[in-house]
Amino acid sequence: MTLLLNGQPQTVSAATLAEALVELGYEGKIVATAVNGSFVAARLRAGVVLNEGDRIEIVAPMQGG
Amino acid sequence: MASFYGFEPDLPLFLGTALYPSPAILAEAVKLSQAEVVTVSLRRESGGEGAGQAFWSLIRDLGVKVLPNTAGCHSVKEAVTTAQMAREVFGTDWIKLEVIGEDDTLQPDVLGLVEAARILSDDGFKVFPYTTEDIVIGGRLLDAGCEVLMPWGAPIGSGRGLNNLYGLRTMRQHFPDIPLVIDAGIGLPSHAAQAMELGYDAILLNTAVAKAGDPPRMALAFAEAIRAGRRALEAQPMEQRDMAAPSTPVMGKAFLA
Repeated sequence: MTLLLNGQPQTVSAATLAEALVELGYEGKIVATAVNGSFVAARLRAGVVLNEGDRIEIVAPMQGG
Repeated sequence: MASFYGFEPDLPLFLGTALYPSPAILAEAVKLSQAEVVTVSLRRESGGEGAGQAFWSLIRDLGVKVLPNTAGCHSVKEAVTTAQMAREVFGTDWIKLEVIGEDDTLQPDVLGLVEAARILSDDGFKVFPYTTEDIVIGGRLLDAGCEVLMPWGAPIGSGRGLNNLYGLRTMRQHFPDIPLVIDAGIGLPSHAAQAMELGYDAILLNTAVAKAGDPPRMALAFAEAIRAGRRALEAQPMEQRDMAAPSTPVMGKAFLA
């Protein structure tokens, strides 16, 4: 299925958000996630089933003022 | 010594981590600033990138507290979701809440700010709201659960100092027991000293240090200015007057005309 990952189309075979993170190379990284504009806590990612066209945001620490 | 949600820094300086020439210069500036709190943010990262992980590793090695921000958020929903993400990533319930209302000045949308502050406070966050010197909005933010207020000195990154001295002085007098932080617009150590002399409890700045020719040296200058301003306030400054008053006694002066 094709997702919108951080604003870019991305095809994945994963069924859940947790699986998608592994497939996309985020395993072991410190990131936070949101699906369709809503925060998804790390402990809940395995239970979030993805659907075609879902908007996934994956963010990491960054410099800030 | 002011307390920020129970935290009492020795030097009340919150230093931003953006815009430095290099990670090494950032680290050196944080050390010389003696800041015990630094601000951080969140941005998109792809699976192959490691920039965010490396940055976070650098910050953890500095041994300072982090204050994540919601920079760039223009709506309540964006700000709340960003705060939730930041709490998980950074492992802190502190959040520097920014809801931007206008792009040229980066002036806060104070109505959205109050709404977001209430949602986040109810959810257990310790909210540091980036606001204006409006005392009515300040009161609403306290009602919403904030225990700290952070009025701007001037627009973010402008370096203009304290644009509205009257308004900032009024805010200090109106909220004598609330920790007040000047957030944004500081360009020089003298601006920071002036804010401390007004009775503000802390200074939050980034660009003035990061964009200096020598950021670590400027960080040290800010540390000294903040200490000087605080000490001056404690020493109870003299009253201003319009006309001269001779400081050298005139009694006994030789008549030489």
